[in-house]
Amino acid sequence: MKHVDEYRDGELARGIARRITAEAQPERDYRFMEFCGGHTHAISRYGVEDLLPENIRMIHGPGCPVCVLPMGRIDDAIKLAARPEVTLCTYADLMRVPASGGTSLMKAKADGADIRMVYSTLDAIAIAEKEPDREVVFFAIGFETTTPPTALAIRLAQKKRLRNFSIFCNHVITPAAMQAILETNEGVAIEGFVGPAHVSTVIGMSPYRRFATDYHKPVVIAGFEPLDVIQAVLMLVRQINEGRSDIENQYRRAVTETGNGRAIDEMAEIFELRESFEWRGLGEIPRSALRLREKYAQFDAEQRFGVVTSPARDNPACECGAILRGAKRPQDCKLFGTACTPETPMGSCMVSSEGSCAAHWAYGRFRQLERRKAS
Amino acid sequence: MNKHEPMGRKLDLRNGRVDLSHGSGGRAMARLIADVFHAAFDNDWLRAGNDQAAFDIAAGRMVMTTDGYVVSPLFFPGGDIGKLSVHGTINDIAMAGARPLHMSASFIIEEGFPLADLCRIAQSMGEASRAAGVPIITGDTKVVERGKADGVFVSTACVGVAPAGLELSGDKARPGDTILLSGSIGDHGVAVMSKRENLSFETEVLSDTAALHELVAVMVEAAGPAIRLMRDPTRGGLAATLNEIAHQSKVGAHVEESAIPVAPQVAAACELLGLDPLFVANEGKLVAVVAAEAADSLLAVMRAHPLGRGSARIGEIVADEHGFVQMTTRFGGGRIVDWLSGEQLPRIC
Amino acid sequence: MCLAIPARVVELLPDEMARVSLDGVSKIISTALVDDLAIGDYVVLHVGYALTKIDEVEALATLELLREAAALGAAS
Repeated sequence: MKHVDEYRDGELARGIARRITAEAQPERDYRFMEFCGGHTHAISRYGVEDLLPENIRMIHGPGCPVCVLPMGRIDDAIKLAARPEVTLCTYADLMRVPASGGTSLMKAKADGADIRMVYSTLDAIAIAEKEPDREVVFFAIGFETTTPPTALAIRLAQKKRLRNFSIFCNHVITPAAMQAILETNEGVAIEGFVGPAHVSTVIGMSPYRRFATDYHKPVVIAGFEPLDVIQAVLMLVRQINEGRSDIENQYRRAVTETGNGRAIDEMAEIFELRESFEWRGLGEIPRSALRLREKYAQFDAEQRFGVVTSPARDNPACECGAILRGAKRPQDCKLFGTACTPETPMGSCMVSSEGSCAAHWAYGRFRQLERRKAS
Repeated sequence: MNKHEPMGRKLDLRNGRVDLSHGSGGRAMARLIADVFHAAFDNDWLRAGNDQAAFDIAAGRMVMTTDGYVVSPLFFPGGDIGKLSVHGTINDIAMAGARPLHMSASFIIEEGFPLADLCRIAQSMGEASRAAGVPIITGDTKVVERGKADGVFVSTACVGVAPAGLELSGDKARPGDTILLSGSIGDHGVAVMSKRENLSFETEVLSDTAALHELVAVMVEAAGPAIRLMRDPTRGGLAATLNEIAHQSKVGAHVEESAIPVAPQVAAACELLGLDPLFVANEGKLVAVVAAEAADSLLAVMRAHPLGRGSARIGEIVADEHGFVQMTTRFGGGRIVDWLSGEQLPRIC
Repeated sequence: MCLAIPARVVELLPDEMARVSLDGVSKIISTALVDDLAIGDYVVLHVGYALTKIDEVEALATLELLREAAALGAAS
């Protein structure tokens, strides 16, 4: 595939990895966080860490919308779906996420709730048009990448005068979470970020400026292919070595300084910031999520159905918070691989395959064993 | 069916629908069986009109299997539930290195199901079984009320015979053995997914559904007991099959991603949906674990067969107390290929 | 995880829609978020929407940088 295969060339990767090894100062450690689940996925799927020198450590961040969605919100969605008049449309990613009491959307569907997996908000609109007697609720989650498609769906519903379409909004803001990680950082210092790929196609580069100016952390926006990640690591190593903290763009083929103006305008028209929102594993983060503006209240499932989120507590032994901040590793958590596995996830990092614990479970365990054998 | 027996109203095979009377045991059912199933599967055993079929058994080890087929949609690019139900069950017999002999077929049909579709499915089964040389010699039909089945469910069973002395089994893989794969992966799963309403994309990918017993026959003839085991990677894909082998044989496996064939359109569809072809279903491929010294000649034999043209050596069995399936990625890194956790769902957001 | 992949525009359709192709896999998507699309353009496709156009010049420049870094690595 064009614009994909070129960035999966192992030969080039080994060359760049050698360059990284040559430029990284052997006496120091480099700790970089890749914020996005997309990067975590690429790193684990292609085994990128095997190519990097020992003193470069990648910390897998919270940039997986499925992982950070608090359990209480899944409970809300299940309650919505249980209403006889409601058809809940969702991206398939959410189907297996555990909710309170060992339930999930998958189980609620088995119990008879009308829950349908869709690929696009356009599919949810089509269902609402085709079935005017159903209350179609779209379970909206995701970062700034996934938000504009939700905004456009509301526009479309308005244009088509759909009275049976609403969204359950759980869209969250990337820079707010990055900031929260830096603010609450304990234990391990993150020295730089591999910045979001597709989020940045929408919001551009400027929202990251404060990480350079206020926190002196370099950010390199990078694509989701393995060579993109490796190149971003080289760029971060160079910034650290030169004592710089700049916002750089490795993903120039898709990201511009100002982002996608049309998408930004659409989001601003439809949504406004919530004062605060809970992130699974990170807790409450101020101004980190969106809700519908008052003038679009008719499309807001929370208002339409009087949703009141009740807090749902994660297992207290779960170390997701510390893992997401880079203070601990998955294997440091007592629950990892015992009570908490991909089949029975306890915490956010194990919930989706992009979570750091799930990635470590699926791809990283043997690496640990190899190391143990070698030592 | 006896020609002299009156068999109830003629069926409207073009526009008619299955109703509850077709499962009632009366004339309507007799008519349905005669016009739809016997017409499609036609053979002496069925013509005898008994509730069972009798045949002489061959020398060797008898092998038996049964499988149920539920697939949505019922008709997909490259096949349908009928063809699948013949091929899949034959393949389960073939994976024992056995020659399939006879099949049975049982249908659970939802009230209201179009007779034209039922005919199409039955004819497709008839064609598949004739092409494979494995007649469907006995069967059953039930009709359930509307809403109690998804159109039609098909169950088939098959008996076969394996040559004496050949005992393929999932626990026989040993470190050093070679892993061979008979062709590209993911075609069936992608062909079926492309027709699901909520995913709709268009592709020319066809299901790879095929009966593998003739490929297996030439393999067994060429390599015999050097073959440790064979598996067809259906649900759960190649990943599940490799993990099953590792688990049953208490070994590990190491595969090379670059050696595993994936058609470009299958790869593209998987990228679109965030799926990994390693976990996507196949219906006409097999994995063989074989003693290393026999691997080259067996691979040549597989490649010479029309159903094994795309065969490849994808890796080897290794000693590993953890039973991990490891893969060297095309990129040059390493990763584990784990079992799938639950059903593979598209990852999107 | 913001899954998005490059797809080539093969047909422009009414109502800000387009047909795209990914190595022969074809899908109808919304182009309401992107201006000035032409047939042959590559877009980043996410949940049925084109998010942005891919800049061919920048893509080539990035590949050039990757090759340079790899060559430097090989020499080091």
